[in-house]
Amino acid sequence: MTDIKDIIDYLKNYNGENISIMEVCGTHTAAISENGIADIISDKIKLVSGPGCPVCVTASAYIDRLIELAVAENTCVVTFGDMIRVRGSKKSLRDISAEGGNVVMVYSPLDIINLAEKNRDITYVFAAVGFETTTPVYALLLKEAEEKGIENIRLLTALKTMPQAIEQVYYAGKCIDGFIAPGHVSVITGSDAFIPIAKKLSVPFAVAGFTGEELLAAIYALVKSRGKGIVINMYKSAVTDKGNDAAKNMVDKYFMPCDAAWRGMGIIKNSGLILKPGYAHFDAGSKDLTEDIMFNKGCSCGEVVSGLKSPAECALYGNICTPSSPQGACMVSTEGACYHYYTNRRK
Amino acid sequence: MKITLAHGSGGLQTSELINNVFANRFSNPILNQMEDSAVVEGAARIAVTTDSFVVNPLIFKGGDIGRLAICGTVNDLLMRGSIPRYITCGFILEEGLDSKLLETVVSSMADTAEEAGVVIVAGDTKVINGEGGMYINTAGVGFADEKVNCASANCKTGDVIIVSGNMGDHHAAILSNRMQIENNIQSDCAPLVEMVKNMLEENIDIHAMRDITRGGLATVLNELADASGCMMEISEELIPVAKDVKSFSKILGLDPLYMGNEGKLTAIVNAEHADRALEIIKGSRYGQNAAIIGRVTEGKGVIVNTHLGGRRGVGVLMGEGLPRIC
Repeated sequence: MTDIKDIIDYLKNYNGENISIMEVCGTHTAAISENGIADIISDKIKLVSGPGCPVCVTASAYIDRLIELAVAENTCVVTFGDMIRVRGSKKSLRDISAEGGNVVMVYSPLDIINLAEKNRDITYVFAAVGFETTTPVYALLLKEAEEKGIENIRLLTALKTMPQAIEQVYYAGKCIDGFIAPGHVSVITGSDAFIPIAKKLSVPFAVAGFTGEELLAAIYALVKSRGKGIVINMYKSAVTDKGNDAAKNMVDKYFMPCDAAWRGMGIIKNSGLILKPGYAHFDAGSKDLTEDIMFNKGCSCGEVVSGLKSPAECALYGNICTPSSPQGACMVSTEGACYHYYTNRRK
Repeated sequence: MKITLAHGSGGLQTSELINNVFANRFSNPILNQMEDSAVVEGAARIAVTTDSFVVNPLIFKGGDIGRLAICGTVNDLLMRGSIPRYITCGFILEEGLDSKLLETVVSSMADTAEEAGVVIVAGDTKVINGEGGMYINTAGVGFADEKVNCASANCKTGDVIIVSGNMGDHHAAILSNRMQIENNIQSDCAPLVEMVKNMLEENIDIHAMRDITRGGLATVLNELADASGCMMEISEELIPVAKDVKSFSKILGLDPLYMGNEGKLTAIVNAEHADRALEIIKGSRYGQNAAIIGRVTEGKGVIVNTHLGGRRGVGVLMGEGLPRIC
């Protein structure tokens, strides 16, 4: 059965055992919501959003440190747009920018090179968050900074890797019967990276693209493969078994594994990357940023990114927490589960 | 020649700048009087608006800050069903601005004003410290017929939603320029006088009109739904987006529903007049890609029917968007 119409028919009329499928990646969360997929498939197939939105899993201590840097003398924080509105324990980068802090938004980390070359007496600190997908770009940035002899660039890192977090989410209690593996991450790691965890948990993983059709096909494959510890690569146009060695080598040159703090989930062993000692001069103080204080004590971000609660099950959702007054990161980020459930009225 | 603070002093250099750059390009009997204010013919009902333009870069594919400054104000006047007549313009120039660049912008304003059928009746120039930038404020007056009642709160269940062309062109053009990405995407910056005038002349029952600028179609439709207490239901497949803009936005993770335009409108029209309204828009300059994209229904907010048969809600633009787009 490969025809999309047949797949939609099957998923719409599915009447077997209840099944829970987690989309790990924030871009998949967005695509599922934007295509109205939860609305198309049977209520017996539950889609659960996972921990794959980089901004959503960033601990408050990291944002507090960015805020300190934004008001430090001759220092400017450079970031992607999403991070600007996320609150640390008290304030967001937007708040501090309005109070006169130095914050610049860019679309690519490489934009920092131009800034740094123009203003040599200002130290530019990039808010380097992201997963396996984004880390190679930070490695490229460092390579270019080294080659050009630019000394006024730093990274504040909160870089994370996926497999360990997926394992933690699985064991946290909710019965997940299948994972839509993160598509962009898999481009770098290769689909084989998920074989050990699929085998260990006896749960299928489908590596999927980002169109509605690709996601429906992945959900179909996972329903059909329930109980099997296998990896199905359904995104072969972009993802190979082994991944992108050039990118992996670049990352290995500059970064090494470390324990990482995940917002609301605690510290997960070996689930992060930090600059190697030889490149510590590029670090803006990324170590030990583990404190994780929710701006609003009622915030359920941790449970939401772990798939333990759906956004609507958070007491704040939709009343005091909306995209215009977000209490937690999941309502801020355009990859966040709460943001999409709310704006797309996803059930 | 570079603009200096002396050009804003009010003295000799100011009058040289006015005479050499503005007066000859904007020349018309009202402005040529060089009075402190313009006295003009009026109408019983007028529409008044003002808008400031801070776009970066000053010149982009398909337009420039001058054309934008005329189109923005002209289109705002049109959206209430008024015919634009007079425009004023205030320039804030930063020291170091190249006078050739200023002349290009001023010429473009004059051409666009002529195209839109508006007369530039008053103006002002100031010079401030800076890095050669330029900002323009325009204010406009349009004449509105008594029988036209075009307002955001007037949408009714059963009305048809029309857009006048492809979504996202201006946003994509500005972003391409800033990111130095080579492509053929052009800004859609244009005055929409012809299509609106033609609809009004044929007495098309337009309940509401909005130009689809910052925040994109999604934001505009949400505002209309809120103001009218109804739901806007549109179909993903019917929303016109140019192929290159579609690919460009896909790569950057942008949604054309939230991307700004500078020469597109949405008209909420009595269903009985919808086909004729579409014909008129399609037959007008800048309207060839117009489409009916949905209907006004009972409920709240904006719903998109996806091409796979799903439904999703669409909110207003959140977050930073793209700064200095217009």
